Amino acid sequence: MTLQKSSEEFFTEFSENSAPRPLFRVANIEKRYGQRIGCTGVNFDLYPGEVMGIVGESGSGKSTLLNCLAGHLEPDQGEVLFDTRDAGLVDTVTMAEPERRMLSRTDWAFVHQHARDGLRMSVSAGGNVGERLMAVGARHYGQIRDEAIDWLGRVEINETRIDDRPSAFSGGMQQRLQIARNLVTGPRLVFMDEPTGGLDVSVQARLLDLLRGLVRQMGLSAIIVTHDLAVVRLLADRLMVMKDGHVVETGLTDQVLDDPQHAYTQLLVSSVLQV
Amino acid sequence: MISIQNVEKNFTLHNQGTAVITVMSDANVEVTPGECVALSGASGAGKSTLMRMIYGNYLTQSGSIRVDGVEVVGANPRDVLDLRRTTLGYVSQFLRVVPRVPTLDVVAEPLLALGEDEGAARNKAATLLARLNIPERLWSLSPTTFSGGEQQRVNIARGFVHPYRALLLDEPTASLDAQNRETVMCLIEEAKARGAAIVGIFHDESARDRVCDRVPDVTSFLPKGDA
Repeated sequence: MTLQKSSEEFFTEFSENSAPRPLFRVANIEKRYGQRIGCTGVNFDLYPGEVMGIVGESGSGKSTLLNCLAGHLEPDQGEVLFDTRDAGLVDTVTMAEPERRMLSRTDWAFVHQHARDGLRMSVSAGGNVGERLMAVGARHYGQIRDEAIDWLGRVEINETRIDDRPSAFSGGMQQRLQIARNLVTGPRLVFMDEPTGGLDVSVQARLLDLLRGLVRQMGLSAIIVTHDLAVVRLLADRLMVMKDGHVVETGLTDQVLDDPQHAYTQLLVSSVLQV
Repeated sequence: MISIQNVEKNFTLHNQGTAVITVMSDANVEVTPGECVALSGASGAGKSTLMRMIYGNYLTQSGSIRVDGVEVVGANPRDVLDLRRTTLGYVSQFLRVVPRVPTLDVVAEPLLALGEDEGAARNKAATLLARLNIPERLWSLSPTTFSGGEQQRVNIARGFVHPYRALLLDEPTASLDAQNRETVMCLIEEAKARGAAIVGIFHDESARDRVCDRVPDVTSFLPKGDA
């Protein structure tokens, strides 16, 4: 696939560059629902290859934040800068809608908690993966099908299932299919909303291993929202802890979990059965 | 290589009446390349705490901890991650891995993270697992089901698979039999010979006497009045 190759080339160039620049820069993001704060005062840089976890209880604003970052919600204030291939850091909030849509089909990916929100349930598994390729201009049927088979294999779905609809898949398979659909275009930044939520423990483990391998092999950057501290311990390099719409603590994942500084983080960590 | 100067550590327990407990003050330790330093002191004196502060999973309130010239105190996460990937290895007492990942891949992972070729990384991992007497039939299984001693050897293999120039060893010989203990002693001696700076906790006195050059007592780092 031409697009994927260009992404690899990009990363080779990037890693040779001695002073890396952030892939993604979030400045002073705020989103309100009327008087109520969704999230406020959020700032961070994400560098190529980095995985950041956002944790907090339900209603802490973590999903609102993720949706603001991914362009699904318009923040009331702040900038979401992305290092685009041709123009460098560009504010995606003020970007024209067609440009942002293009970005979300190419360099960005979004993995929903419920696979059915990220899949087309009436289209075959192969079609789900191929559709994203066609959206970026692939037209050769044989190549699209080959690429789809390759990706089904990478997420451990047997190629004999390529013509089945996702509705015939188990929850774990649907989630893996959603990941294949998202990663087939070689994105550089993946947003994940509770990617292992609702899956049973053994399926979670397999998905975590898969995600870790893909992040490493593709040099992906990712932002993962979850309430599961064990998931971020294994997947995220850095952690951001949210409460009531505010970021209360940030740092290296194992530092935040092993030596939490904020009262809320201490409560969160000590409430978990075993991290 | 590892330089700890005037370091202070306290814990603030917000959920217990915001108690501030100072556990360490004015700690100073220097480790040069090729040297192995064993932290000593009674249980609770702060040996593991100091190791974690060097590794960066415990925050340090004041002072300086430098590893290969990189200041760990107040460093941003990227720099600590980079340091851990390239320079600073840690063999903890607990194995923490993604379930269902084969042992061979668990051990090879630090090399893969450095971009080493998969085949070469697995070969090195296999060599080390064989040296540590992990039967080959177990390599394709996840270490989460292994016995305590086996898990510890997997942890050791993971810590020695890349020639880190600074190493932290938390009781590396604790639950090992004589033969495996000997292998670990040899690994430590080889690491010293190639110039690695090592900080360790060794309750096994004969192991400590054999590989360690100095044995600073962390009790002297307890806040004055508490000691």
